[in-house]
Amino acid sequence: MVPLSWYLILSAILFCLGVSAFLLKRNIITIFMSIELMLNAVNLSFVAFANHLGKLSGHVFVFFVMVVAAAEAAVGLAIIIAVFRTRETLNVDRVNLLKL
Amino acid sequence: MTIPTTYLITAVVKIALVVFLLMTGVAYTTWLERKVIGRIQNRWGPTRVGPFGLLQPLADGIKFILKEDMIPDKVHRGLFILAPVLALVMSLISIAVIPFGEGLHVPVAGTDTQLQITGVNGFPGAPHSTDINIGLLIILGVTSIGVYGIALAGWSSNSKYALLGSLRASAQMISYELALGLSLVGVLLMAGTFSLREIVNTQAGFWLPYVPHWYIFPQFIAFFIYLMAAYAETNRIPFDLPEAETELVAGYHTEYSSMKFAMFFMAEYLNMITVSCIATLLFFGGWHGPQIPHLPQLLTDLLPVIWFSAKIFVFMFVYIWIRGTLPRFRYDQLMAFGWKFLLPLAIANIIVTSFIVAWRA
Amino acid sequence: MLHEILFLFFAAICVGGAINLVLQRHPINSALSLVVVMVSLAALYLLLGAEFVGAVQVIVYAGAIMVLFVFVIMLLNAGAEEQSQGSRIALLIGGPGVALLAGAIMWLVTHSDKTIGNVVVGSMVSTTGGDNTHQVARLLFKDFLLPFEVTSILILIAIMGAVVLASRKES
Repeated sequence: MVPLSWYLILSAILFCLGVSAFLLKRNIITIFMSIELMLNAVNLSFVAFANHLGKLSGHVFVFFVMVVAAAEAAVGLAIIIAVFRTRETLNVDRVNLLKL
Repeated sequence: MTIPTTYLITAVVKIALVVFLLMTGVAYTTWLERKVIGRIQNRWGPTRVGPFGLLQPLADGIKFILKEDMIPDKVHRGLFILAPVLALVMSLISIAVIPFGEGLHVPVAGTDTQLQITGVNGFPGAPHSTDINIGLLIILGVTSIGVYGIALAGWSSNSKYALLGSLRASAQMISYELALGLSLVGVLLMAGTFSLREIVNTQAGFWLPYVPHWYIFPQFIAFFIYLMAAYAETNRIPFDLPEAETELVAGYHTEYSSMKFAMFFMAEYLNMITVSCIATLLFFGGWHGPQIPHLPQLLTDLLPVIWFSAKIFVFMFVYIWIRGTLPRFRYDQLMAFGWKFLLPLAIANIIVTSFIVAWRA
Repeated sequence: MLHEILFLFFAAICVGGAINLVLQRHPINSALSLVVVMVSLAALYLLLGAEFVGAVQVIVYAGAIMVLFVFVIMLLNAGAEEQSQGSRIALLIGGPGVALLAGAIMWLVTHSDKTIGNVVVGSMVSTTGGDNTHQVARLLFKDFLLPFEVTSILILIAIMGAVVLASRKES
C-alpha cells in the first residue's frame, strides 16, 4: 500500500522544483513553464486527496485548475509575443526599462 | 500457470501478431494506393516486381533499409532522431485499445481471450470481461501527442521549408482535432460510454428488417464531419498542402532520408488505418455482420475480424479514391473550412443530438 | 508491492523531468521535459483511480497547452540562454530558500503520517455508481454548474484577449 504522504511529498518536490525554476531561469518562456509545473504539482495533491477521502470534488477542481492554466498560458504567451516584437529579446533581465 | 502469467503471455502474443499484421497492412496499402491511383490515371501502376507488382512493398522496404541515412550538419540531433520515432510510436499505441472482434477461444492453450490488446477476459476474481472505459479518450490523447512528432521534425531540421511545412501541418492538425473530437460527441451521447467495445455492443440489433442499428443512420452529419476532419488529421488530399511536393519541397520531412523517412511514411498510413478503425467502430457497427452458421469454433470467432477488415478496406479505398480525384485546398481555405464551417456544424450536431436524447429519456 | 513499484517508477520520471527542466539551457528541451512530467503525472492519476482526469491531462495539458508553448518557442526562435547577474543572486538566496520550503513541507507531511493513512489503488474512489467519467460528469453539471459556466466564459475571454494581443497592428 502506498501511503498518502508519498503522493504529498512528490507534490511538494515538484512544486519546489517549479519555484526554483521560476527563480533561476532567465528565459521568460521557461518561467511560464515553471508556473505550469507548479500548477501540475497542486493538481496531483488534489487528486491524491480525492482518492483518500472518497470525494470526487477533487477531480472537478483539477478540471478548473486546468481550464485556468490554459487561459493563462494563452494570454501570457500572447503578451510574450507582443513584447518580443518590440524588445527583440526573451531574457527577463533585459526587459527592465519602461522605455526602450 | 497463474492468471497474471497467462494474461502476460496472451498479451505479448497478441501484440506481436497485431503489429506484424498492421505493418503488412501498411505495406500493402502503399501497393493498393499505387495501383488504384495508377488505374484512375489510366496507367498500370507497379507490375514488374512479382505478379501484379505484389512484391513492390518488399522492394521498397529493402530500398529504405539500404539507403544512406544522412543527418545534415546543423540540425538539433536529439530531436531530429526523436521526431519520427515519436510519430511512429504514437500511431502504434492507439491500436492497443481497438477491439477487433468478440472473444477468441484459443484451441491449443485452452484459454479465452478478447480480440483486443487491452482486453482481459473474466477470471475468478473479476467475472465479467473488462475493457478500458476511456478507450476513445486514449485515442484522442495519443493523436494529440502525435502532433509533437511533426512540429519537432520541422523545427529540428534547421531549414526554412521544413519549418514552414511543419508549422502549417501542426496548425492544421490541432485545428481539425477539435472538429474530430466534437463530431464524435454525438455518437457518445447516444451510446453513453467511452468504451469502444460498449459502443459497438450498443449497435447490435436491427431497426427495420434489414437496417442495422448503426450510428451512421442517425448521425450522418457527424460522420461526414468526422471523415473530413480525419482527412485533415492524416494530412491526405484534399488537405495535404503541408507535404505536397509542388508547394514546400516536401514539407516537414524534407531533410529526412531512408529509415527515418520510412517511419514518417508508416506513421501516416498507420494513422489512416486508426482513423478508419474508429469510423468503423463508431459509425458502422464494428465487427457486426451477417452470421454464417455451422462453422468450426475458430472460424466463428474470426468471422467478426473479417467483417471488420472488410469495412476498413472500404475506408482505405475511399481514401485512395479521393486522393486520385480531388485537387488540394489552399492553406487559408483549409483553415477557414475547419474553423468556420466544420466546428460550428459539429457543435450544432451536438446540440440537436442532446435535445433528442434528453427528450427521449 | 506492484503498486509501490509503479508509483516509484513514475515518481522518479516526474522528478527527473522536473530537474531536467531546471538544468537545461535551451527552452525547447525544458518544454519537452515538462511534457514528460505531465505524461507521467497522467500515469499517476491512473494509479489513483482518476482515469478521466488522466486522459484529460494528456489531451489538454500535454497535447494542447504544451504544443502552444512549443509553437511559441519555434516561432520566436528562442536560443539557449546565458547566465546573467540576476540569476547568480537568485541561486545564492533562492536555492537555500527553496530547499527550506521543501524540507518544511516534507517534515509536516511525515509528522502526521500515521493519522493520514493509505491511498486506495484503482477505480474504487466513489460509491455512487457508474465509472469515473459518469461520476465526475454528475458533479460537474449538478453541484458545480455555476463555476463550469463561469470558466467557459473565462476561456472565451482569454481566447479573444490572446487574439487581440498577438495580432499585428494594422497601420
